[in-house]
Formats: sequence, C-alpha cells, structure tokens
Amino acid sequence: MTTHTSPLKAPPAGGAGAGGATPAARPPRRPRSVSPANRSGWTPWLYLLPALVLLAGLLVYPIYQLGLISFLEYTQAQVSGGEPTTFQGFGNYATLFNDSQFWQVLLATVLFAAACVVSTLAVGCALAVLLTRIRALPRLALMMAALGAWATPAITGSTVWVFLFDPDFGPVNKVLGLGDFSWTYGRYSAFALVLLEVLWCSFPFVMVTVYAGIRAIPTEVLEAASLDGASQWRIWRTIMAPMLKPILIVVTIQSIIWDFKVFTQIYVMTNGGGIAGQNLVLNVYAYQKAFASSQYSLGSAIGVVMLVILLAVTLVYLRLVRRQGEEL
Amino acid sequence: MSATTDSAVRTRPGGGGGARTFLRVKRPGRLLAEAAALLIAVAVAFPLYWMVLSAFKPAGEIQSTEARPWTLAPSLDSFRRVFEQQDFGRYFLNSLLVAGTVVVLSALIAFLAATAVTRFRFKFRTTLLIMFLVAQMVPVEALTIPLFFLMRDFGQLNTLGSLILPHLAFSLPFAIWMLRGFVKAVPEALEEAAYIDGASRTRFLWQILFPLVFPGLVATSVFSFITTWNDFLFAKSFIISDTSQSTLPMALLVFFKPDENDWGGIMAASTVMTIPVLVFFVLVQRRLVSGLGGAVKD
Repeated sequence: MTTHTSPLKAPPAGGAGAGGATPAARPPRRPRSVSPANRSGWTPWLYLLPALVLLAGLLVYPIYQLGLISFLEYTQAQVSGGEPTTFQGFGNYATLFNDSQFWQVLLATVLFAAACVVSTLAVGCALAVLLTRIRALPRLALMMAALGAWATPAITGSTVWVFLFDPDFGPVNKVLGLGDFSWTYGRYSAFALVLLEVLWCSFPFVMVTVYAGIRAIPTEVLEAASLDGASQWRIWRTIMAPMLKPILIVVTIQSIIWDFKVFTQIYVMTNGGGIAGQNLVLNVYAYQKAFASSQYSLGSAIGVVMLVILLAVTLVYLRLVRRQGEEL
Repeated sequence: MSATTDSAVRTRPGGGGGARTFLRVKRPGRLLAEAAALLIAVAVAFPLYWMVLSAFKPAGEIQSTEARPWTLAPSLDSFRRVFEQQDFGRYFLNSLLVAGTVVVLSALIAFLAATAVTRFRFKFRTTLLIMFLVAQMVPVEALTIPLFFLMRDFGQLNTLGSLILPHLAFSLPFAIWMLRGFVKAVPEALEEAAYIDGASRTRFLWQILFPLVFPGLVATSVFSFITTWNDFLFAKSFIISDTSQSTLPMALLVFFKPDENDWGGIMAASTVMTIPVLVFFVLVQRRLVSGLGGAVKD
C-alpha cells in the first residue's frame, strides 16, 4: 500500500497540497494521469478477492458440476454410492431430445416467458408514462401499491392469487359469475393465472425504472418540444424513446431472464407443474426430474439447455450494449 | 413544470397559441389519468388487502361461499394457528438470520468489488465485468442439483449455511453491477484530494467512499434481501430432515393439505411473511427509485 501512495508524497511538500487539488501547483512533468485511481497493482484484485472466491466456489464450480453430471449416469443408486457412475456421453441429451414432453415443455416455456415479458413491458411502460402525467398524491398511491406488489414474496403472492381465484371461496369467480370454474384445471387457464401473478409482481420493476429514466430527461427538452407544438405521441417517439433506449434494453433483458426462469409461481400455483405436468416449464421440469424422480443427470441436462438459451440472450444483450457505444 | 411553461407562453403573445391550447387540453386529460391511476392502484393493492383481510376473518367467513370484501368480526384465530405451530418463531428467526447475513455480507463484498472495477484500470477488467453480467443470467434453480451435492460433501445440508452461502454468491453479480454506477458517480477529484490530504487508500475507501455510496448499497440490498427472504427452492431442497433449521416458506406450506387447504392459516402465514419485506421496502423506497435511476443511467 505504501508503494502506491509514495508518488503522492512529493506534491504536498510543495505546499499547495493542503489547499485542495490544484493541478496548476503541480510540477508540469507530472500530468493529471498520476491519479492514484489509475494505478492498479494488486489492490483491485485484493478488493475482488472475496467476491471471486465465492463466485468460483458457488457458481462456476457448480456449473462445471452441472455439465459433468449431465454426461454421467447419475440416479439414486449413484448418489448413495451403491453403483459406480458411468460416462454416458450425449446419452442423456439423446434421451431428452427424443422425449416429446421435453419439446412440449420447451415450447411452453418460451411462449409463456414471451407472454410475460410483453405484458410486463407494456403495462410497466404505460404506467410509467401515466405516472409522469399525474399529481403527487395519485402518483404516490400508485407507486405504493406497485411497491407492495413488488415486495411481496413470490411464494405468498402465489398463494394469495390462487386463493383469489379459488373456485369455492375466491372473490374473483363470484364477481365474474364463473361459478365453480377451476382456473388450475385447464392448461391455458392455469397458465393465464400464473401469468397474471407474474405480471402483478414484475411490472413494478419496469414501471419504477422507466419512470426514473423519464424523470432523468431534462425538462427543458420536453418543454421546448411542446412549445414548438409537438404532439405527445411525437414527443414520446422522437425524444423520449431514443433517450430511454438504454433503460428499455435493460428492463427487457432483465424481464426475459426473470420470466424464463419462473419457478416458484408455477410450482406453488399449479402444485408442482399442473395436472399430468401440463403446466411445466423448464425450470420446474428439471427440478421434478432430479428431485422427484431422482434422475439427476436428466435434470442436469435440462439445466444445461436452459443455461445455453440464457447465454444466447445475454450475448444478444451484450451486442446491443456494445452497439450503443457504451463503455463497460 | 406546467407553471413555467404557462408563463413562458404568456410572455410570447400570439406566438404561443398552439402550445397554449395544448396545455389547456391537458387538464381534463389529467383528471382522467389520475382517476385511472387510482383505480389501478386499488386493483394492484387488492390482492394484498385480501390477504390481510382473510387472515383476520373468522374460520366461518373464510369457508363461506359468499366472499365479502370486509369482515365484521375480525379474529386472531388464524394467526394463533400459525404462531402455535411448532417452532414457528424459530423459522422466522432463521429467515431473518439468513436474509440479514446475506444482505450485510453481500453489500460489503459487492462494494469492494464494485470499487475495484470502477476505480481501477487493470487487465481483464472488461472480461470480469462481462462475467458478472453473464453470471446474472445463470438459472440458479438449475444449479440446485450440483449445489445439493456440494453441500452434502461439505456437510452443510440441514444447516443455515447451506442457504446463506449460495444466496450470497448469487446476489453478488447483480449487486456489483448495480453499485458500479454509484461508485462511478463519486468524482475522482475527491479521491485525489483525499490522498493529497494524506488519507490512506483504506481510509478513503471506508470513511469517504463508503458513506457516499451508502444509498446505493441500500438500494442494492433490497434485491438481495428479497431474493433471500423469498427463497423457497433452496430451503426446500437443502433443509431436508432437520426442521429446526427451516425457514418461513416451509411454515407456510404446512397449511397446504391434500384434501382441504387451510386458507385462513395460509393467508395469516403469508401476511407474517410479507410484512417484513414491505417494511423494508417502504423504508428504502426513495433510495430505491433514485438508485435504479443511477444504476441504469450511468
């Protein structure tokens, strides 16, 4: 540490140091770049050490293990040590890709995530714009309600929504006059119910973030535009949308990632994947394969498939960010 | 904003007609927007209201087929059932302990890491940043399988450590990514001035940078708190036999019965589980909004 600070001990000797950083007082042969922030050495790695150790042990190593298990035969017998593990090559993947249920679940996952993302973004953005149009009091009301939904744990949110739509005791069926219609019985109505819950707890993130982004746009720009007679739609399209683009990319990608990984809602609301697994998504499917039927290697193979898909989404995101010329 | 626009229009006689009508049209539109906002607020808050209401309803009213949106005879029976459940207080404390540890440790570790990647230029810096970003995409649920074996091999199954460690690791990438903006916002001139005044690097880190970045830490900690507090999968998978180490979600699932769910108990347990998060959220609400703005703006 002393080696890093030593070059700085020279300027205070000149006398001007105590009065604050005045570049003019420095010797000319030492330009601004002497800032200690730019000198690295081992210090950044020291700061990064705890984070890197944790991530290596609990993220990178498990990912490696996940990949490894997906190539082995790994069932209850191997877990308890009764049988040696055998290398299967792509055998598990072959089993998986030949299983029509896997493709059905994959399709359901993609469509469900897409529906969640689109509805979350549409509702979140619309409400963010709405927030900018109203006075403080209704804005606070909407903000508070949204924060409440956001803060609600996924598991309690799921139980409450199931109760709201309960065929016997729920208020929704009473109000809509649906009698004892069971939402979780049919495949699409069950997905719709989960979609509503996911929308409810994930639109606040989009709304709050986009709202913060809109507030960050200088009001002079908007005022100038409205003085020049630009319509609201035109202001949104030609000023706000381009300025909000980085934020919109962030919330879109985050939503894709979150909604693709939905687990608790499906697990709790459809009781582990619905009747005969009709409401399974990849995450729940992997979990059921591994922990309910002890086919750990098949579960891991599903996990690897998810990992690959999400990695592809990430790469698209990185390209988009890079194209914006944003420095990391 | 509209006041300044108004005066701007008035100082420009003749020329501002278009803008003026534009502003005038806005008034009834705004009332409509406010009405819509209030309606939506009510709709969004309704599930939470229903949860609390049902927790207080006496058993007879919950099981009645007539779902009334109020109750005339609030009772604490459901809460009593929840709290009298074996070890409920313990579950609650376990949950608090796990979430609290994760929040504090993750904030400190992420702060150090975020400082490293924003305040220093070094080899592999960009690579690391991309790795942190990619790490956020990893489906944590899929890692339950290898983590289960990892915890088993280290004898951590059935301990709170098996919940704390993975959550700590998984909360880091997002926390680091989000804190970056806050650390970056502290001007470098401040750092130079501190060193010139003779502060050591450690002193600058903890006595100057840390307090300045604190609002950002709070905003970030919301996320780690919520994901940890809400965790259901790890709690279900890693705490398999020792129920004294269970966390709240397990106490909630007790009320799900194959034949007939005890909705009063479920709603009361849900209320108990939701309230700490709500309190936490309301407390940090302002910092959260500005924090998100800071995180995405940078």
